[in-house]
Amino acid sequence: MLFPLNVTDAQTRRWGKILVGPVSLHLTGAGATVIIGPNGSGKTTLLHLLHGTARLHAGTIAWQVPMAEARAVQSFVFQRPVMLRRSVVDNIAYPLVIRGIRKSEARAQAHDWVKRIGLDEMADRPATSLSGGEQQKLALARAFITAPQVVFLDEPCAALDGRATAEIEAILQEQMAQGTRLILSTHDMGQARRLADEVVFLRAGQVHETGPATPFFSAPQTDAAHAFLNGDIVE
Amino acid sequence: MVDLWDGLTQAFWLVITLDRELAEIALRSLYVTLTALVIACLIAFPLAAFLAVRRFRFRRLIIAILNALMGLPPVVVGLIVYVLLSRSGPFGVLGLLFTPTAMIIAQIIIIVPLIASIAHQSLRDLWQEYHDLLISMNVSQGQKMRTLIWDARRALLTASLAGFGRGIGEVGAIMIVGGNIDNVTRVLTTAIALETGKGAFALALALGFVLIALTIAVNLMIHWLGQTEREGRW
Repeated sequence: MLFPLNVTDAQTRRWGKILVGPVSLHLTGAGATVIIGPNGSGKTTLLHLLHGTARLHAGTIAWQVPMAEARAVQSFVFQRPVMLRRSVVDNIAYPLVIRGIRKSEARAQAHDWVKRIGLDEMADRPATSLSGGEQQKLALARAFITAPQVVFLDEPCAALDGRATAEIEAILQEQMAQGTRLILSTHDMGQARRLADEVVFLRAGQVHETGPATPFFSAPQTDAAHAFLNGDIVE
Repeated sequence: MVDLWDGLTQAFWLVITLDRELAEIALRSLYVTLTALVIACLIAFPLAAFLAVRRFRFRRLIIAILNALMGLPPVVVGLIVYVLLSRSGPFGVLGLLFTPTAMIIAQIIIIVPLIASIAHQSLRDLWQEYHDLLISMNVSQGQKMRTLIWDARRALLTASLAGFGRGIGEVGAIMIVGGNIDNVTRVLTTAIALETGKGAFALALALGFVLIALTIAVNLMIHWLGQTEREGRW
């Protein structure tokens, strides 16, 4: 059991500048936590910190198991999906192959996912030839194929149209219903309202406000969160 | 101009009549260079991948040295291999001097830096693309290297073709370590050098045209096998 996750005064720096922190959070093990905030507020860095792919310079990030074990049951989906120079099905099978599962078995499971995300006619095409929305769906399938307990998603629908966003959100909802914990960042307040059970509002690398989604969206406690939700410019 | 024409005509007849000596020399050229190429690729690709994914002290120095070694003078390589394999050298007991094996060793030393340097450029670029994804997936160093080599296989083909080109056209080192012995270590390039020395320019040119034709044929075959330049491929 990974959760609860306790983050205490976590901080990361680059070239002497504090990118995120000190941040303290307590995340429990259900639903979706949506991280929102203006550009440069540290959303992506916080996701990487929690996932263990950004260096922690101060504070602690404590899963209920050691970080290495926690990493083994997590996946990460990037804002700009990284496509391996392989076919669609081989991209999806890749995480299983590196876990030592036989290639034929991995490809069979990948084919199931290819069908689920509606790319079955493109299964053997090079992944880089897919459209942005298709690539992001592939990235989701690749992230979910290992049945992770937690998936981090960094603005998974950035630059996608409404239809692609709806398809991706449907996949996310389906996985959440199956018990996968999502921690995602987004600039899309509509998406945040649709997906979030809990909201973390970041500002200048620090948690400015956090809490359950419904009260946060209906009555934010801080002026900055209120202004941000109203679409005002928040530094 | 007359020599060129004579050379072309002679090359044509040598090929058409399936000249036994020519076939033997051409096959030996291919054997030596292709063997050296396969072994060099087995060394150079993992080395290039290692340099792409691992950060360690003196890494940049090693890359700089590797790049510098691309211009390694073959004659010097030949001389060093000669000294190492000569009867009084440390490996003299193996009796490899003036054998095709000695020629293969010399060619490996010459083409490994070239293949590794070109491969490193491709793998480094691919690593930049893959870095975040593979780190997030907790992929081991060995898996990273294998993934890069497999996914960059068509770019690595170009590196190996460059190695083949350098190896098949090489004369200085293999002349020294092979000795250009008839029926034993004579290959196309050393045969050309010999015929030129004898003043038989037409025959030397004929062998040269055969060498060029052979090089083009092997390149085309590797491209075909590698399925490069096909739609929807990398």
